[in-house]
Amino acid sequence: MSSLGKKPGFGVAQVILFLSVAILVVVVAVPVLLIFFNAFWVNGSFNIRDVARIISEPDTWQALVNSLIIAAGTTIGSTIVGTFFAWLVTRTDLPCKRFMKGMFLVPFMLPSFIGAMAWKMLLSPRAGFINRFFMLHFGLSGPIFNIYSYAGIMLVEVMYLFPFVFIQVCGALERMDPTLEESARISGAGLFTITRKITIPLVLPSILSGALLIMLYSMAHFGTVAVLGIENGIFNIPTLIYQRIHQSAGSFASIRTGTVLAAILVAAAALILWLQGKILSRGHYQIIAGKSFRPMELKLRALRMPLFLFCAAYIGFTIVLPTVVIFLVGGLKTYGLPFTWENLSLDNYKFILSAYKVTRDAIWNSVTLGFSAAVITMFAGVMISYVIVKMKVRGKGILEFLGMLPFSVPGSVIALGVILAWSGRYGVNLYNTVWIILVAYIARYMAFSLRANSAALEQVHDSLVEAARVCGATMWQALRDVVLPLVRPGMLAAFFLIFLPSLRELTVSIMLYAPTTRTIGVAIYTLNEDGETVRSAALAGIALIIIVAGQLLVERFLGKKAQG
Amino acid sequence: MSHVRLVNVTKRFGAVTAVNDLNLEIQKGECFSMLGPSGCGKTTTLRMVAGFEDLSEGEIHVGGRLLSSRAKNWYLPPEKRDFGMVFQAFAVWPHLTVFENVAFPLRIRKLPAAEVEKRTKDALASTNLLPSAEESPANLSGGGKQRVALARALAINPDVMLLDEPLSSLDPHLREEMRFEIRDLQRKYGFSIIYVTHDQAEAMALSDRILVMKLGVVQQIDTPLNVYNHPVNRFVFSFIGLSNFLSVTRADGAFQLAAHSELLPQTLNPPEDMRRHETLSLASRPSEVDFCGEGGLRGVVARKSFLGEIVDYQIKMGEQELRVQKNRRAPGPDVGESCGLRLLRPFWYEGAE
Repeated sequence: MSSLGKKPGFGVAQVILFLSVAILVVVVAVPVLLIFFNAFWVNGSFNIRDVARIISEPDTWQALVNSLIIAAGTTIGSTIVGTFFAWLVTRTDLPCKRFMKGMFLVPFMLPSFIGAMAWKMLLSPRAGFINRFFMLHFGLSGPIFNIYSYAGIMLVEVMYLFPFVFIQVCGALERMDPTLEESARISGAGLFTITRKITIPLVLPSILSGALLIMLYSMAHFGTVAVLGIENGIFNIPTLIYQRIHQSAGSFASIRTGTVLAAILVAAAALILWLQGKILSRGHYQIIAGKSFRPMELKLRALRMPLFLFCAAYIGFTIVLPTVVIFLVGGLKTYGLPFTWENLSLDNYKFILSAYKVTRDAIWNSVTLGFSAAVITMFAGVMISYVIVKMKVRGKGILEFLGMLPFSVPGSVIALGVILAWSGRYGVNLYNTVWIILVAYIARYMAFSLRANSAALEQVHDSLVEAARVCGATMWQALRDVVLPLVRPGMLAAFFLIFLPSLRELTVSIMLYAPTTRTIGVAIYTLNEDGETVRSAALAGIALIIIVAGQLLVERFLGKKAQG
Repeated sequence: MSHVRLVNVTKRFGAVTAVNDLNLEIQKGECFSMLGPSGCGKTTTLRMVAGFEDLSEGEIHVGGRLLSSRAKNWYLPPEKRDFGMVFQAFAVWPHLTVFENVAFPLRIRKLPAAEVEKRTKDALASTNLLPSAEESPANLSGGGKQRVALARALAINPDVMLLDEPLSSLDPHLREEMRFEIRDLQRKYGFSIIYVTHDQAEAMALSDRILVMKLGVVQQIDTPLNVYNHPVNRFVFSFIGLSNFLSVTRADGAFQLAAHSELLPQTLNPPEDMRRHETLSLASRPSEVDFCGEGGLRGVVARKSFLGEIVDYQIKMGEQELRVQKNRRAPGPDVGESCGLRLLRPFWYEGAE
C-alpha cells in the first residue's frame, strides 16, 4: 500500500473511484437498466406501443390502480394518525408520554407481513377470531369486518407505516424553537389558534416529507397485499410481478409484464423522491434554535384520561394483540382449535428450531445472508461515500447519480433486475442459488449504507486529513489512521441498519428463492400459504424475538445512532 | 403608584429555587434591566411576568391588574396579558410575510381590517421595515429579523415590553445600533421595558435602573451609576466592570497582603467595622489605580501590554497580582521595574479572595 503512496502520479483516487463506479454499475445500474431495456425494447427495436398494450391489459391496469388506491389511502391514514400521535406525545400533558413514544415506534421494527398474518387470523371473514367471537356471542350473521379488502389492507399498512410520519413530526416538534409559539401566545393567541396558525404550518414540510416516504413505501409494498389481497384477487404492482414470475417460471411474456410494471414503479418512486427533495429544500424552515425553555404543554384537562385510554387502546389493539395472537397460534396443535391450556404447547417452536429442515435452513440462510450483505455493503458503502463526499475527482457526478439510484428502486424491482442480469443470459448464472439473493440484498441495502456513511463522513472535516498529510502521512495512511477510526460509528450503524432488516426481508427473497434457499421471511410466507398456519406463526414468533432482541441490543450499544 | 409590581415572588423547580422572594417595583415608562450570570433567575423572572411560568409564591401586578397570585390561586395566561415580548432567537414565523408577522397580534384581537393595516404599517415604519413588508422574514438578516420581532411586539402598543436578551444573537456593531433604536422607540411609545441581559454594557447604556441577581437572590437594585460606583457587595463589584481583588490578613492587629510580609500603607486602612475579621479582600478597579514613586503598595511590573488608547499593566505583589489600566499618554514603569501603587477608591469586603 505504501508503494502506491510513493508514486503520486498514479492516483489512489482513481483506483477508489474506479472500484466505486464498478460496484454501483454492476450491482445497481445494470439490473435497473436491464429492466428498462426489457420493458421498452422488443425484438431489437424500441416499442412503446407494446408497453401501452401491456399496461392496458385488465390485470395490469387493475394492479396499477390498486397500487395507487392503496398507497393514497395508506398515506392519508398514516399522516393523520402519525401527526396526531406526534402532537400528543410532544405537545400535551398526556400521561406516560415517553413510554407511549417508544411504543409508537415499535411498528418500525415489526415486519408488516407478520402483522398482516396476525390480522388475517383475527379478522378473516369466516375464521377470524374476532369475527367468530361476534358471530357466536352476538348472533351476527356475517363478519363485522372483512380484512380481505382494500380497507383491510390499508388499515394494516397504516398500522405499520405511520411511524414514518410520526418520527419526522416528533423530531420537528421537539427541535422547534419554543419561542416561536411563545411569541404567538404573548401576541394574544390561544393554544388552539397557535396550533392551527403557527405550529402545523411550521412542521408541514416534515409532515409532507414523511407522507411521501409512506407513499413510496406503500406503492412498492409486497407483504401486506400478498397476505391479505390475494384471497379476493386484489393485486398491486409488486404482488402482480411476483405472481406472474412465480406462476410462469420466468416465461418471456411474464418477464415483459414484470419489467413494464417495474419501470412504472421506478418512475413513480423517482417522482416521489424528487417531490420530497423539493419540499425539503424549499420549504424546510429554519425553526431550530439554541437555548430555550421546554416547549409549553397543552393541558388536556377533561380529555386527558380519555386520550390516554385511547392511546393505550391503540397500542394494545395494533401492537400487543397481533403479537400475542402470533405467539398463541404458534403454540396451537392445529389451527382452529380454541386457545385452551390443553391445546397450547411449545411443540411447534421446538419442532421448527430443531427437527424441521425448512425452517432451520431458513434461519441459517437469513442470518448468513444478512451478515454477509451487511459486511460487504458496509465496506463498499464507506468507500463510495468517501468518493461522493470527500474526493474532488472527475467523474464524480456519475457516481452521485448512481449513488442516488438505490434510494428510488423498490425491492421487487431489484429482484426482477437481478433475475434479468444474473440468470445466465450474460454468462453468469446464479439463479436458484443463495448468491443471487446476496447480490440482490447488496443492491437493495446499498442506499442505507450510503446514507449512514455519508452522514458520518460529512462530520469529518477535510482539514483533519490535510493535517495528517502535512504531518507526513500518505493518502492511505491518512485514510487508515484518521478517517476510518472517525467514521467507524457510521459504519457500525450501516451494518445494523442492514443486518436487522435483512432478517425479516420478504419482498426480494420471495422472487429469488429456491427450495433450499428460503429465508425466514419466505419460510413464514410460504408455510402460511401452504396452510401450515401454526408452524408459520411459530416461526414468525421466533423471528419477532430475534428482531426485537437484536434491535434492543443495537440500541443498547449504539445509543440512538443506529436508528438513523 | 408603580406600574409593575412583584411581591415576594418565588419560583422553585423541584428542589432548586430559581427565584427567591423577589420584590420589585417598576415605574411607567421606565427601562429596567435584570443582569446576572446565566442561571441567576433573571429569565425565569421575566417569564413569570410574561406568564409562561407560574409562581411558587407571591404576586405579580401590572397597572393595577393582578396577573399571578399563588395565595389567591390566580393565573392569567400569557395571551391575556397584553405585553409585547422579544426573544433572543428572534422567533419570527418563517411561513408568514413580514407584514403578516406584525399583523398577527392585531388579527388575533379581531381588529377591523383598516385598523390592522394602519397599525401594522405604523409599527413597520417605526422599525424601518416598510420596504420589506411583503418579504419572508427568513430572507432578512439577524438585525432585520429582530426588527420584525420588535415591530410585532409594538403593534398592539403595549404598556410593558419584555425583552429577553434581544441583542445577544446580533453582531457587536449591530447590537449597539439596536440598543439606541430600542431606546428611541421607548421614548416614542412610552412603554415600560423589562430587559434581561448578561451583558453589563448593554444594561448600563439602556437602563434607568439595574437589578443584579445571583442564584435567584437580588443583590442590588439601583441606577447604573450607583451600581458601578457603590456596589453593595463583592459579587456586584466583580460582576460590573473590571475588578481587582487582593487578599489581606491580620497579623498582630495590623493588616498586610497575604503571603507578603509588607504591612499595608497607613493610607490604606480597612474601615472600623471590618477590622475584626481575620481576612479581608481589598477591591479596586484597574482604572482607579495610580502609580507613585514612593510609598503605596509595592510591586513589580510583570507585563505591560499596549491596547490602543489604554496600556494594561500586570503588577506582581508577592504571590498576588493587580491589574492597572492607564491612558497611553500617562507615564508608567516598564517591565521588571518596581513601583508603588495608590488605590484611588478602595473597597473592602470580608473573606479572602
